[in-house]
Amino acid sequence: MDPVIRVENITYTYPDSERPALDGATLDVAPGSFVAVLGSNGSGKSTLAKHLNAILLPDGGRVLVKGMNTTHEEHLLAIRRCVGMVFQNPDNQIVANVVEDDVAFAPENLGVDPAEIRRRVDGALKQVGMYDFRLHAPHLLSGGQKQRVAIAGVLAMEPEVLVLDEPTAMLDPAGRREVISAVEALCRERGITVILITHHMDEAVRADRVVVMDRGRIVMDGAPADIFPQADRLRALGLAVPAATDLILRLNAAGMDLPVEALTPEACAAAIGEALA
Amino acid sequence: MLKDITLGQYFPGDTPVHRLDPRTKLLLTVVYIVALFMVNTWGGYALCIAALGAVMAVSHIRPRALLKGLRPLVFIIVFTAVLNLFFTAGDDVLFRWRFIKITYTGLERAVSMVLRVMLLVSGTFLLTYTTSPLAITDGLERLLSPLKKLRVPVYELSLMMCIALRFIPLLIEETDRIMSAQKARGADLETGTLPERAKALLPLLIPLFVSSFRRADELALAMECRCYNGGEGRTRMKQLRMAGRDAVAFALGGLLVAGILLLRRLGI
Ligand SMILES: Nc1ncnc2c1ncn2[C@@H]1O[C@H](COP(=O)(O)OP(=O)(O)O)[C@@H](O)[C@H]1O
Ligand SMILES: [Mg+2]
Repeated sequence: MDPVIRVENITYTYPDSERPALDGATLDVAPGSFVAVLGSNGSGKSTLAKHLNAILLPDGGRVLVKGMNTTHEEHLLAIRRCVGMVFQNPDNQIVANVVEDDVAFAPENLGVDPAEIRRRVDGALKQVGMYDFRLHAPHLLSGGQKQRVAIAGVLAMEPEVLVLDEPTAMLDPAGRREVISAVEALCRERGITVILITHHMDEAVRADRVVVMDRGRIVMDGAPADIFPQADRLRALGLAVPAATDLILRLNAAGMDLPVEALTPEACAAAIGEALA
Repeated sequence: MLKDITLGQYFPGDTPVHRLDPRTKLLLTVVYIVALFMVNTWGGYALCIAALGAVMAVSHIRPRALLKGLRPLVFIIVFTAVLNLFFTAGDDVLFRWRFIKITYTGLERAVSMVLRVMLLVSGTFLLTYTTSPLAITDGLERLLSPLKKLRVPVYELSLMMCIALRFIPLLIEETDRIMSAQKARGADLETGTLPERAKALLPLLIPLFVSSFRRADELALAMECRCYNGGEGRTRMKQLRMAGRDAVAFALGGLLVAGILLLRRLGI
């Protein structure tokens, strides 16, 4: 299938900076896939994300969203509604002081018919499990709930791609679990393409594909089971390794023979149990 | 402590008053204020008090809530009363002691001014008590929409109000947090001379400003990502629609005005 997003060798330097934030990044994203993007602070992840819905335009190279070049002004709205973007701080993304009014913001901007907006708002809130809170004030919700409202606000555009830039960075563990489960369900059940930028390895192991950035480039790209066992390389790039992988690599170094593909605590426990049996 | 400040002070409810179209309530509040200024008889004031009481009864707003709202205005009310009581000229002296002189006209004027201020404020409070801030913004936007033809950015203004309402609780929370953080480090915000206290506030204001600008930046970005590009061509999920009860409300408002005019004519 044609990639839904195609990033071709893009470079970008912020106006007030000398060093390029993106320096020849290339990436194809298959429709319906779940891609995790990793990288140390300042490696260019957020800058890349902002290129995917034409918030930033590349200095060199190009970005195609469903074949539409992001530098073409006439495609701007079509691109923005196709690629929804969720940021780190839910408080700074919610516009209205009633949940359902906030979710309605994007379709209202798009000039959608009132009855259709109602349908989309209810649908989006149900998809993230926040329908019962539709009449609440956002500032009284928990962090995880607010972030799910922010996701619903983007879903109401009916996007094909959801880009999330560290959506769980400000959340407690329970909030993180809520948000990641909701995002995973959107990908697996609704077929929405998910690009998840994260610092949490336990979130990245749930993806189909892991992309690692360093100094404005994509330096590793593959299935989680291929990427995470390369512990030394990841550490050299300033990244951690999932706890399960770390344990397995240490046990293997101590003489055991465990499968390095066991990335989750459950898979790891099962593998160790089997080896000891 | 700062969290105790209530803003908008909307009391959610499902009474006929709550369900009125916000435009109706806005317009009737204006009519009420104008009517209040036409009142010049005690009968007129009685009628206004009765009307206010009726709206309170129907909307289940307790007199205590209204009095609580009036409390910050005590100073203005007392000031108005004192001013009228002691500084009204006239020959119909009721009471005199050295240089203090109270005239009958002055007493009458003081009572009527205090009544007027209280009725005015109570009326607008009833609007905000029974209408959510969002509905008020929405109603205002639609009432003012003819001004769009004159290139007044009505939609943008109402969005600004809406966002301000949304961010006020966040800013209050943040101020509280920064204050606690500064106090934990030994900052003294409560004692000292005025310049000292103003100086102590600086470390509070700077982080607040910085974070507000960052918030504004991020919010603008998020709005852009959600296809915001001005009020042009926008639709609304919630359509305002006038119903039978709005017609009834307007009729009652008309009756109030007619009653006041009649009493004025009769001099009761
Ligand atoms: N608004 C900006 N102005 C100037 N430089 C920026 C701006 N935003 C990011 N940068 C720089 O661009 C580089 C990449 O940043 P970013 O994409 O935010 O990285 P990441 O999201 O991976 O932490 C960093 O060196 C950062 O300092
Ligand atoms: Mg970032």
